[in-house]
Amino acid sequence: MTKEKKEIGKNKKLQLAFYWAASCGGCEIAVLDIDEKILDVVAAADILFWPVAMDFKYKDVEAMKDNHIDVCFFNGAIRTSEQEYMAKLLRKKSKVLVAFGSCAVNGGIPGLANIANREEVFNVVYLDNPSTDNPKKVTPKVSVKVKEGTLTLPEFYDTVKSLNQVVDVDYYLPGCPPTPDLIMTAVGAIVENKLPPKGSVIGPLKSVCDECRFEKSEKKITKIKRIYEVDKIEDKCLLEQGIICMGPATRGGCDARCLDANMPCTGCGGPTPNSLDQGAKMISALASILGIESEEKMSDEEVEKLINQVVDPVGTFYKYGLPTAIINRRVMK
Amino acid sequence: MKTITIDPITRLEGHGKISIFLDAQGDVANAYLQIPELRGFERFSQGRRAEDMPQITSRICGVCPVAHHFAATKALDDAFNVDPPSAAKKLRELMYCGYIIYDHILHFYYLGGPDFVVGPNAPPAQRNILGVIEKAGLEIGKEVIKHRAYGQKITGILGGKATHPVCGLPGGVSKGLNKDEVKDIETMTKSCVEFAKFSLKLFDDIVLKNKDYLDIILSDPYTLKTYNMGLVDKDNKVNFYEGMIRVTDQKGKEHIKFDVKDYYKIVAEHVEEWSYIKFTYLKDIGWKGFKDGKDSGIYRVGPLGRLNAAEGMATLLADKEYKRFYETLGGKAVNSTLAFHWARLIELLYATERATELIKDPEITSTKIRNPVGEPGEGFGVVEAARGTLIHHYKLDKNGLIDKANLIVATTNNAGAINMSIRDAAKGIIKKGKVNDGLLNMVEMAFRAYDPCFACATHTLPGGMPLEVNIYDKNKKLYKSVKRNI
Repeated sequence: MTKEKKEIGKNKKLQLAFYWAASCGGCEIAVLDIDEKILDVVAAADILFWPVAMDFKYKDVEAMKDNHIDVCFFNGAIRTSEQEYMAKLLRKKSKVLVAFGSCAVNGGIPGLANIANREEVFNVVYLDNPSTDNPKKVTPKVSVKVKEGTLTLPEFYDTVKSLNQVVDVDYYLPGCPPTPDLIMTAVGAIVENKLPPKGSVIGPLKSVCDECRFEKSEKKITKIKRIYEVDKIEDKCLLEQGIICMGPATRGGCDARCLDANMPCTGCGGPTPNSLDQGAKMISALASILGIESEEKMSDEEVEKLINQVVDPVGTFYKYGLPTAIINRRVMK
Repeated sequence: MKTITIDPITRLEGHGKISIFLDAQGDVANAYLQIPELRGFERFSQGRRAEDMPQITSRICGVCPVAHHFAATKALDDAFNVDPPSAAKKLRELMYCGYIIYDHILHFYYLGGPDFVVGPNAPPAQRNILGVIEKAGLEIGKEVIKHRAYGQKITGILGGKATHPVCGLPGGVSKGLNKDEVKDIETMTKSCVEFAKFSLKLFDDIVLKNKDYLDIILSDPYTLKTYNMGLVDKDNKVNFYEGMIRVTDQKGKEHIKFDVKDYYKIVAEHVEEWSYIKFTYLKDIGWKGFKDGKDSGIYRVGPLGRLNAAEGMATLLADKEYKRFYETLGGKAVNSTLAFHWARLIELLYATERATELIKDPEITSTKIRNPVGEPGEGFGVVEAARGTLIHHYKLDKNGLIDKANLIVATTNNAGAINMSIRDAAKGIIKKGKVNDGLLNMVEMAFRAYDPCFACATHTLPGGMPLEVNIYDKNKKLYKSVKRNI
């Protein structure tokens, strides 16, 4: 790729694109939440395509020259054959590809489906279900002959992947969804052509704890509580009240908004800088606050009892990032 | 047989794909709306902490996260056998109003409304929010952006954040309101009431006073005589947050009224091999294929479904509009698909009025916002998402983990009807193999009226929705291609 090809938006309006894969549309709403600033963005850039917003045909994208798009914001995980195809196509057509939001960055909540495979998902959705009436045990098929002709569907994969497990990604914009401030930071960097080194996460280097309104002391706990078991959530660090809060293991940039509503961080910002595995970091933080680090004094049984209080480790520590965790799926027979 | 494929149209949890088949005479034999995506929430919810469900399921839809958040929270109230304090219910309902405000504004001005405001025959490139701003003026455009943001802000203040809120807990909410927040919200709701009134007047001036538009609304391709479903309060008035589920027939007469706990006795889901979405129907009538009428169990939900399933609105101004709606469109039930847009604005007015009542309620600043929970068990929750009735059903194990989860989302309830509306619109315009740009718009308008949770559907910003119709001859050779906005 020549340098010229990589130069963004030179001598013309920026050419932007948005795409969504396995996601919820919240990332689209996050873009709208920049409110009237959207009018400035439209003034500075052409939006080439945006499935929610405007014209978009596969074959138009296919017909584009490589690197025609300056920056493509891609949200959603990769769950079907069609999404994989679009990820590869957009990579080829874009100078810069940004993984936008938790699903594209780490697999997101849809990534929790890696505890199962296609067959298990189909069983629960289409067969073993109190309201589904399906005596012939029909499930969707990739190709179906109907009376009038043939209909096709994309293949539903066994495993959910993050965007960078399918294609090369230039930048990461975490959050579920990313905050309007982070989005404007990213857009600003693009418009002014001041993008950080490839591979950067567009977000602060701080953890959620650094942005949290609650003071952290060195208090240890002995019991982990479910949030509904805590009668009154007090104005202090939730971990010190026995509630699992992912703050220490999660990248900030969100102003710890969930904590402002007296609820724990659930980890949507992804791992903190220089940490390979968000869950591992949280387990280590939790071990420390539970006093397990001084474990020579504890019997194995005592340690096990403490650990067993974490009733759903996968859903607690890897809620937004199972596909990119070191152990990234359940082994299926 | 000729095949016309429109792919992608846009998304419902993924985009949709329409295939239209023509018979030997070139008339429409059949049409299919396929949903090419599935994520499997019901499976991966198993084993999760029950209290995580309001935040996990909100990720089904980022446009209507509040609906899933509270359907889940209410299912947890039930599963833990706890009744939240009155103040908590009011805070939840207030937040719910904020959500309806932003979502209905989004749909009317950004998605569906441009067809009318800018005009169904306007160039597609203008049929979007910028076209609306151009036609109505920049000042009004800014008001649109401002009031959608107000809805989001009200939701965010109460929910921690608006997109993917966090406040819902079994037995209540995690956060109350302080006096400053009350003042802020009060200013916003007051302004929203005026904006809703303005929106109805705009609809009046631009749509109802235009005979051409009225004719389109009342035309055959846009008429579907299905059952209707919605939540109602004790007086059978529309309610978004709680009540009984009421089903009325094609003439507006009550067919059945039930508690959400009985949903699986009343409603069933049908599976087709050619789509990842399921199709719901009334069990007592049965699945009779994609047909409307009294003998088919298909029903509609969403703004029109709700108005038809109720006997009025619980606030003064919205109730007046409700009466005018039926007087203008010829009494109950209104079966015109495009009347969804008008119904949506009447609901917007209701949500703003209801929010104003709630924020003025002295109890809204109460600090008694949670009650202690009981033992985990089975729970059912229902709310009216902007797009229709939404049901969550969980079975918890003794440790409060999810053993089973079943979800019937709003757009599933409309899936059968949307399919038929698309087919009928195609039939109405394609005769003897003749296809023109009108088809694209007609088909588009048919499904857009439902505001199907295409997680925000079409043409939000510049540009209209792209459509392409390819017609193939018997040898599968491309015979004609009609494109728009490409």
